[in-house]
Amino acid sequence: MRETITQLTYLAASILFILGLRSLTRPDKARRGMQLAAVGMLLALCGTLMNHQIVDYRWIAGGLVLGTIIGYPLGMWVPTTALPQRIAMSLSFGALAATLVGVAEYYSAFHGGEGHIGAAKMTAIGFEVLLGSLTVTGALIAAGKLQEWVPSQPMTYRGQNLVNFAMFAAALVLFAMVVLDPTRSTAFYTMIGLAALLGVLMVMPIGGADMPVVVALLNSYCGLAAAATGFALGNSILIICGALDGASGFLLAILMSKAMNRSFANVLFGAFGGETAAAAVGGGSALPVRSVSAEDAAIQLAYAQRVIIVPGYGMAVAQAQHAVRELAELIEKRGGEVKYAIHPVAGRMPGHMNVLLAEANVPYDKLYDMDEINSEFPQTDVALVIGANDVVNPAAREDKSSPIYGMPILDVDHAKSVIVLKRGMAAGFAGIENALFHAPATSMLFGDAKSSLTKLVSEVKSA
Amino acid sequence: MLILELYVFVLAAFVGFVVITRVPPLLHTPLMSATNAISGISLVGSMVAAGANRGTVSTALGFIAVVCATTNVVGGFLITDRMLKMFRREPHDDASKTRKQ
Repeated sequence: MRETITQLTYLAASILFILGLRSLTRPDKARRGMQLAAVGMLLALCGTLMNHQIVDYRWIAGGLVLGTIIGYPLGMWVPTTALPQRIAMSLSFGALAATLVGVAEYYSAFHGGEGHIGAAKMTAIGFEVLLGSLTVTGALIAAGKLQEWVPSQPMTYRGQNLVNFAMFAAALVLFAMVVLDPTRSTAFYTMIGLAALLGVLMVMPIGGADMPVVVALLNSYCGLAAAATGFALGNSILIICGALDGASGFLLAILMSKAMNRSFANVLFGAFGGETAAAAVGGGSALPVRSVSAEDAAIQLAYAQRVIIVPGYGMAVAQAQHAVRELAELIEKRGGEVKYAIHPVAGRMPGHMNVLLAEANVPYDKLYDMDEINSEFPQTDVALVIGANDVVNPAAREDKSSPIYGMPILDVDHAKSVIVLKRGMAAGFAGIENALFHAPATSMLFGDAKSSLTKLVSEVKSA
Repeated sequence: MLILELYVFVLAAFVGFVVITRVPPLLHTPLMSATNAISGISLVGSMVAAGANRGTVSTALGFIAVVCATTNVVGGFLITDRMLKMFRREPHDDASKTRKQ
């Protein structure tokens, strides 16, 4: 009877989770849907507490309390600019939970348990701890890179991929050994160690701008580890949630790498921006650049009928989203029309720019995807590029020798005039010269994005 | 039993693909935090490990796992809600909310 009730709560939770995810297809329904999903989570937890295997509630209660104390600030106080590293951190936590459950399951089977693990269950535990520990360290490094505690440049050395591949192969051999004979505990724990090390080595060579793909992929691994936990414990809700999580992460990773016109393999093993791109920079630039003062730029904006704002990671770094919104409202008050063009990989995680702008009270119906807005640039009076570089580089469309050739970009260069807010003439992440900055229609407004925008706001006000 | 579990996994992954393909890029960040919160369901495994009294090691590992998973559940749902609250359609007078720099 108790078992049936537990299973029914799991079924209800699964339905609520899927409905919650479905609600995310509609921004106006999303909040309600996710609140229902949270109710589903509560149901599932209550159902689990009735499990007959649980005899001692003290540690569970302690863990729930401690987790809530840590989780609350991570939910409520983390600024939106720090979202990517926050998500990477929680991927690491989730994977750690899955790994530890796997280890506990393995350990207790041979210490006071049955003394044997079947091949199917051992395979599940193996996947669980392999993917889990790889994600724990990988996500930690990713979070460190996003927070810039770890250098965000790609770190490479000769033969790197060979070393990683050899380690991966070794981990797989150990995996097979443990499945054939589960009593080989040394092999089991060595496999975990190897996978953890591999997580570090795999993410280290990946640069900051490729993090959207990496975070999405780690999300997928974390889900698969949870699904493997479900197989090991014979628990269907874990399998369902793990599958949903895995599918979501995988899908996002595909979308992100498509938006960069690169394959997974290229992101994971290519170490973009390393040796290859260095050669491309070598040419140097003697091309002319037209610098503009805030006053002149403000006049251009004040009398523009159609303006498209293109935000990039630079806007997030400068925390300039509120100033952007203020400027946009001023232009609208003067009768101009303002839209925002969001490139899929602008920022450091999928959809990051949208959240930042939504936080700054920009209504979401003014945020446009690349495909929706690209055709509108030719009718645009001013395109205002804020801290974006590679995603507006026309070389991706025109220059076959460019490393980013083929990457879908925002056609900012088709606008009647372009104003670029930028710190200096440094090359973008890919280390590639950007012809947009030298185009006759482009004027550059140098300086910190936030102070430039503040100046623009006060100038437009007095224009 | 294993076959049944594989069915569940494959069908759930399929549903996931179909549902998530339709999530607009606008909400991709909330999507990530939402799946993250939902994956905190590993709590159901951790709680059993922490409470089944199968020895100190299992209890200790289970306890840490409960802490990690709870952190994700609580933090994940809260941050998702916080983000979704920000997405508004109507342009409105937000003088009171304007943050001056």
